[in-house]
Amino acid sequence: MSPIPALMIEDLVVRYGDVVAVNGVTMTASTSQVTALLGPNGAGKTTTVEIACGLRSATSGTVRLLGAEPGTRAVTERVGVMLQHGGLYPTARPLEWLKYLARLYPTHADPSELLDLVGIDPSTHTTTRRLSGGEQQRVKLAAALLPNPEFLILDEPTAGLDPLARRNLLEALAQRRDAGTSILLTTHQLSDVEALADHVVVIARGHVVAQGTVADLTGADDAMSFSGPPRLELTGLAATLPGDFRVEEVRPGNYVAHGPPSPQVMAAITTWCAEQGVMATDLAVGRRTLEQIVIDAGSEPS
Amino acid sequence: MSGVTRVRAHAGWELRLLLRNGEQILLMFVIPIALLFALRIMQGGVINEQVPTVLSVSLIATCFTSLAIGTGFERRAGALKFLATTPLSRVDLLLGKALATGALAALSFAALASAAAIMGWRPDVDLLSLGAFVFLGGGTFAALAVLLAGVLRAEAVLALANGIFVLLIVFGGVVFASADMPPAIGGVVSLLPSAALCDGLTAALTGGPLPVGALLVLVVWGAASALLARRTFAWD
Repeated sequence: MSPIPALMIEDLVVRYGDVVAVNGVTMTASTSQVTALLGPNGAGKTTTVEIACGLRSATSGTVRLLGAEPGTRAVTERVGVMLQHGGLYPTARPLEWLKYLARLYPTHADPSELLDLVGIDPSTHTTTRRLSGGEQQRVKLAAALLPNPEFLILDEPTAGLDPLARRNLLEALAQRRDAGTSILLTTHQLSDVEALADHVVVIARGHVVAQGTVADLTGADDAMSFSGPPRLELTGLAATLPGDFRVEEVRPGNYVAHGPPSPQVMAAITTWCAEQGVMATDLAVGRRTLEQIVIDAGSEPS
Repeated sequence: MSGVTRVRAHAGWELRLLLRNGEQILLMFVIPIALLFALRIMQGGVINEQVPTVLSVSLIATCFTSLAIGTGFERRAGALKFLATTPLSRVDLLLGKALATGALAALSFAALASAAAIMGWRPDVDLLSLGAFVFLGGGTFAALAVLLAGVLRAEAVLALANGIFVLLIVFGGVVFASADMPPAIGGVVSLLPSAALCDGLTAALTGGPLPVGALLVLVVWGAASALLARRTFAWD
C-alpha cells in the first residue's frame, strides 16, 4: 500500500463567474519530495497553489494537505508559504517581521539564524520596501522556512534572484527535502526543476496535461520522440521496431520510443507513420526538454 | 499556541508599526489638540461642549480613516494574504486590529483630555455612558473602515477614507450639531454614526441624559457594517 501523499488534489474545479481557472486538476505531492507545478502563464498554477494554501475556495473537488483541510490550523501550523506577489509589511524590518511571525507558530526556527541563512543581515534597519527585489524574495523565503514546516509551498521562489542566490536557494531546498520536508513549487525556471524536482506536474488551460518524473516527461537519453495525432494505436509500430524498444504516448499527440536510436529506427518510425497516413512532426533523437513540453502544453488546442 | 497569544502578538505588531508612523501621530495626537486649541481661540464659548466634538473627530480619525488606509495598503502589499496562510485566523487578525486601534484611541483620548484639562476642561462624566459610546462608536467606525479597505483598491481607500472623514466632520453632525440644523436636515444627519457618536459623547461628558436614539443608531450601523465586512472582505 502506497503512503498517503502530503498533498492530494482530486478533480479540482475553480470558477470565477464564467471563467474556469482550474478545470479538473488531479495531482499529488509525495512526502519528502519536491513536486514542481509547471505550465504557461494563466494555466491555473497559482490558483491551484492558493487553493492548497487555503486562500481560496474550490468550486468542486477535494483537496487534502497533510491529511486535513487546507487553511485549518491543523495545517497552517505545519506549512510554510512563499507567495508569488507580496507578502511583506512594507514598513517592517526583516528581523522584527520574523520575530512577530514566530509568535504565531507553536515551534519555529531562530529568526536571526534564518536571515543569516538566506543572506540577509539580521541587524539591518532597512525596511522591506527599501530592499531590492531579490532581498525581498529572500526575506519571504525566510518567513516560509520559519515554522520548520513539514510542507513548503513556494510560488515562483527564484524570481528576481541573482544566479548565486538562486543556487544557494536550490541547495537549501534540497537540504530541506532530504531532511523530510515535502515541497510544492511553481516556477518558470525549468533548469531549477531539472535540478531539484522529483515529480513534475504540467498544467495547461486549467487541467493536468502531463505528470511524472523529469525523465518520464522528457524521455530517457536513449529515446526518439515524435508528434502526431493523439491516440495512435502503437502496437503496429512496436512490432516494427527492435525487440528492446518500448513505445508510449507520453501526452496526447506526443510519442516516445525508448531504446537506442539509429537511422534504421528513424526510418521505421517514419515509414510506419506514412502507412498510417500520419505526418510525424518534431522527430527528435534523445531527450525532449521541459521547455518544449511546457511550450507544447501552452500551444495545444483546447 | 492559544488564540489569546496570537491576538496579543498581532495587536502588539500593529501598535509597533502604527506608533512608528509620523502621519499617524499627527492624526491622533497633534491634530485633535490643535483643533481644540483653534476652537478655543476662534469660538471661545464653553470648553465642555467643544471637547466631545474634538474627541469625536479624534475617534473617527483613528478608528476609521487611519485604520482603513492602513488596512488598504497592507492588503495591497499582500501582507494580509500571507498572514492568511499562517495560524493567525481572520478573527485573530480583526481582534488584534481592534485591540491596537482601541489602545491608540485610548492614548489619543488621554492626550486630548490632558490638554483640555490644562485649558480649563472640568467634565461632568457618566463613565458607563462614556464607555458605551467610545466602544460602540469606535467599533462602528472600525467596521466601516474594514468594510471599505476589504473591497476597494488601496488608492481608492485613501481617497474615500479622507473624503468621507471630512464630510462627516463638517456635515455629519460633529462640528455643527444635528440639533442646530433645520429639522428636516438635522433629522437625517442624526441618523449618521458621526452625529450619533458626537451626541452620545456630549451627553456622557456634560451630565446629560443617555441619548438612546444615538445608541441605537450606532448599534445598527455597527452591526450592518460588521456583517457586510465579514461577507465581502478579501485578503487581496
